[in-house]
Amino acid sequence: MKLIERFKQGKFVITCELGPPKGIEIEKLIDELEPLRDKVDAFNVTDLQSSVLRVGSLAACRLLKDKDLEPIMQLTCRDRNRLGLQSDVLSAAVLGIENLLCLTGDHPTLGDHPEAMPVFDLDSVQLLSAVKGLMGGKDMAGNDLEGRPPEFCLGAVVNPGADPLEPQIMKMEKKVQAGAEFFQTQAVYEVDKFALFMEKVTPVLSCGSKNGGKVPVMAGIVFLKSPAMAKFMNANVAGIHVPEEIINELAGVGKEKRVEKSLEISARLIRELKDLCQGVHIMSLGWERHISTVLEMARL
Amino acid sequence: MLFTQNKPTEEVLESLGEEKNIFLLACNGCAEVCETGGEKALSAIKAEMEKAGKNAASTVLVDFLCNKVLVATRLAREMDKIKQMDSILVLSCGVGVQAVSKVVNKVVHPAANTVSLGGLQGLWPSDERCQACGDCALDYTGGICPITFCAKSLLNGPCGGAQDGKCEVDSEKDCGWQLIYERLQKVGRLENFKKIRTPRDHSKMLPSSKLRKTSFYDIEL
Repeated sequence: MKLIERFKQGKFVITCELGPPKGIEIEKLIDELEPLRDKVDAFNVTDLQSSVLRVGSLAACRLLKDKDLEPIMQLTCRDRNRLGLQSDVLSAAVLGIENLLCLTGDHPTLGDHPEAMPVFDLDSVQLLSAVKGLMGGKDMAGNDLEGRPPEFCLGAVVNPGADPLEPQIMKMEKKVQAGAEFFQTQAVYEVDKFALFMEKVTPVLSCGSKNGGKVPVMAGIVFLKSPAMAKFMNANVAGIHVPEEIINELAGVGKEKRVEKSLEISARLIRELKDLCQGVHIMSLGWERHISTVLEMARL
Repeated sequence: MLFTQNKPTEEVLESLGEEKNIFLLACNGCAEVCETGGEKALSAIKAEMEKAGKNAASTVLVDFLCNKVLVATRLAREMDKIKQMDSILVLSCGVGVQAVSKVVNKVVHPAANTVSLGGLQGLWPSDERCQACGDCALDYTGGICPITFCAKSLLNGPCGGAQDGKCEVDSEKDCGWQLIYERLQKVGRLENFKKIRTPRDHSKMLPSSKLRKTSFYDIEL
């Protein structure tokens, strides 16, 4: 099912993430998602996240589909030129994938093959346009596709913590114009700042719409596993800022209570964000087993 | 030696848009050889501009536009005139356009596409770089090259990876798109950012056979 249908039903949409393994034993990771079957609307499958070699997104998406779990295939511009990307988009349609999240992708130097050639033949805006074109029956060169064209729900990303924010918003507007139907954001820890962001992007989110409808936004949630992780992200991850109070709150409990505290923080964030946006995207980073608990605590 | 080819006049006029008063600045170095710069190209483009109803009376020829010191010194005398102009149309390689944008606070437009860096990589001693993409976009990016200043050569704005204005690839390197954003803001052209740039035509990187047949190209190779 296309994710946009969930939004249309007026549902507060929940997605989470599957990072394919570095190796071919993927069954266990997929089994871990089983308890989320009725709680999560769809699962993003990352495309060599952090530029680290892994099983590809397309194969893992199909495996989810086989289990009747709804995949969102992430597609980055890092590794394929426009021929490769368009071909993979067609392949995705052939394999029944209905949701695509188009993004630029990390630079290869950040991953485990820093010597690799960065491709970036297209950028995220151009990739969205290219897929939109395929959906209209034409490839990027203007050639007709044979038979019925592929159909997708297209997603994109935005970083609400970027500083300066304006270039991000201007690019977000281009993504809407290029065909983005929903947005997932970088991790959010400051609800007030996120509220301001949502206020600022309101005109942007309706710019591509014919009927005044707004493109839905899903706030990013990353579980804080430890105070050290929070500090690391503050220092090293663009646009993420975990406030001192949250770090202290987590550091203030004993190690045996840390997981519980962490889940409590995430659940609280989700509750506070719920009225500001149309869904949450949970990046659990190995804590998939805790997602159900957090959703229960957040009363979702 | 850098090889350049004139952009089609329609493309130049489209990029000039409503601007009326255009200062013409031509390079007398490599571009002269390629006939995209020098006296001859300067008078040709002047005539084109006037035909299109532009005021292009002010022209200056500089030996090497890639040399910022030379550009800054030569343009110092013209500053009063330049200030009254809407923009500068630069007849040179991509390095020259970037050098001009760095020393003059004015909108710049490239008149040529740079297609090959030949043997000698120009004369520029600073950080403007040209990758000879053959489809110069400097007019849309405030004279700062997105191909060479952005680690991912993105054409439609920054990725989400920059932190404190620095690139995700190297924390000591400025985010190219942040520089472009600041520059467009400074020259009042932020609307350029909003235009969706279509994907690059990589086939434009191939120097034309006409260019490859010039004796200069042979000497370099």
